Amino acid sequence: MSKIIELKDVNKWFGDFQVLKDINLTVSSKEKIVICGPSGSGKSTLIRCINRLEEHQKGDIVVDGMTLDANTKNIEKIRSEVGMVFQQFNLFPHLSILDNCTLAPIWVKKKSKKEAEELANQYLEKVQIVDQAKKFPGQLSGGQQQRAAIARALCMEPNIMLFDEPTSALDPEMIKEVLDVMVDLAKGGMTMCVVTHEMGFAKEVADRVIFMDEGSIVEEKPTDQFFNNPENERTKLFLSQILN
Amino acid sequence: MKLLRKNIEKLNLFLENYPKIGIYFPQFLIILLLGIIISYFSMNASTNMAARGIETGFGFLANKASFDIQFSLIDFDSNDSYARAYLVGLLNTLLVSGIGIFFATVIGFFVGITRLSTNILASKVAEAYIEIFRNIPLLLQIFFWYFAVLRLLPSSDNSLILFNFVFANIKGIYIPRFIWENLNYFLYGFLFSILIIYLFVSISKKKQEKTGLQVPTFTTSLIIFFTINFLVIYFGQVGLTLSYPVLETNRGLHNYMGGVSVIPELIALAFSLSLYTSTFIAECVRAGILGIDKGQKEAAASIGLSKAQILKLIVIPQALRIIIPPVTNQYLNLTKNSSLAAAIAYPDIVLVFAGTALMQTGKAIEIVSITMLTYLTLSVSISIFMNWYNKKNSIAER
Repeated sequence: MSKIIELKDVNKWFGDFQVLKDINLTVSSKEKIVICGPSGSGKSTLIRCINRLEEHQKGDIVVDGMTLDANTKNIEKIRSEVGMVFQQFNLFPHLSILDNCTLAPIWVKKKSKKEAEELANQYLEKVQIVDQAKKFPGQLSGGQQQRAAIARALCMEPNIMLFDEPTSALDPEMIKEVLDVMVDLAKGGMTMCVVTHEMGFAKEVADRVIFMDEGSIVEEKPTDQFFNNPENERTKLFLSQILN
Repeated sequence: MKLLRKNIEKLNLFLENYPKIGIYFPQFLIILLLGIIISYFSMNASTNMAARGIETGFGFLANKASFDIQFSLIDFDSNDSYARAYLVGLLNTLLVSGIGIFFATVIGFFVGITRLSTNILASKVAEAYIEIFRNIPLLLQIFFWYFAVLRLLPSSDNSLILFNFVFANIKGIYIPRFIWENLNYFLYGFLFSILIIYLFVSISKKKQEKTGLQVPTFTTSLIIFFTINFLVIYFGQVGLTLSYPVLETNRGLHNYMGGVSVIPELIALAFSLSLYTSTFIAECVRAGILGIDKGQKEAAASIGLSKAQILKLIVIPQALRIIIPPVTNQYLNLTKNSSLAAAIAYPDIVLVFAGTALMQTGKAIEIVSITMLTYLTLSVSISIFMNWYNKKNSIAER
């Protein structure tokens, strides 16, 4: 399988504090990886570097053959090929769900309004909230909002989807509806990088699980080996805490 | 003592049975007291005025004003009535407030956005601008522009001339007056071309939504606009000539006649009101933009929108809701501050009506109350308009 994301010796500092230490990671096309680890371990920062919401200071990041650097045109091109879903949904509160979804196709991909709406309806159907299309984000439940945010990202027809703790801000009964959509997406063959503590999701979907601590990748293994046969002490401790 | 306590207990029992009396009776007492105070003062005033032989009433408004006003949007001379003088003053107040609000808004938005720029030089310049003009008293700024800048312009026979078009001297700034021939044909043609373009744009927009066919609306609109207007100008024999202000000398006094003149008082006042108020608007704009959650910008960036698109489509529409209410306050302040006109003798409503007319007639109560009512009406109108605008902007959220 071809490499779609490649990180080489990536380092990042917030002031004096080093958040990422010599990260090396390769993701193949259509691969699903789950990144987990204690809070403050740099896992969110890592995936935010992939679409350059954060700038890395040292090392190389290549996404879909394009190197991330100060070249703005390149960054916008990469962002339109990499979808991202946030912990806090970040839907645009002044736009309806439909307009949230058609915004980027119209302004970035220069699609006609009609085309964009057809596309949006298709993805809203996929996340099962097409009946809420005319409503505003404030009128939806958390789970519906997160599904709308997934549809918004899908409307740009990305090759890669990044998820930054997509279920952490949700009430327990709404977590499943969002995870179901993500499982569906995974089965459809999307390349996915997911930061999550939902180990059930990881076991079901992930090809590989990555455990991070204090800015470094501590353990990186195929899913069943990761859960059945972890080597590192910190991984074992983390798993025992999170699985019980 | 025992009797008192017994009576208080009785009263408490009564109030428990009729709770509404307990709520409304004190309010009734306060209103009654206010009524008594107000009627005492007005009776006192009317007795005193009657004793001194001062007439009350609004009949004086029809009397001849017999004073001149230096700057007026409508025809006015000393034979006109006080009512017309009031109208002249009101229009002058509206003029300077309107100009002030327009420029304060434009400058304020520009400076407010610049202050948030990542370019350090730009943001520091914007910050310096805000700190300077916000912290100097408005009256002093008016004096500065009027006495220290505009009064230093050369005399009439020595005017500063820009591009042979603008003539500036100590008496004001003069520009040529436009004289049209067959202006009505041109206006009809202009409106007609706008209508055609509007129809064309809405039809092609519908077509695009239906079929996805993109028509170059902008270019086509320009072609329609120029074709129609050229035909109208050519066949309707529309003409435009400029009447330049001419320097005339009369008994040794030099003066520009003709053209359109703007008096230095208006320039100084509009200038200082705009600059002063723009600093406050800039701060409102900055607060509004900073009030938008960082996640909104990140989400917009993550779907590939450019920086300019994020500002236009995501940040400003949301920031407007935070910005509008405090900006309304600034509009009200500007309108009320325009009464500082009196300090440099710009003939606004306070100077003309609550000043000259009051001195001449002595109708203090009538004139001051009319003027106060006028400002109240102006302020309430601005508030109503801005509340409507705010509602229109914020209704979409839920």
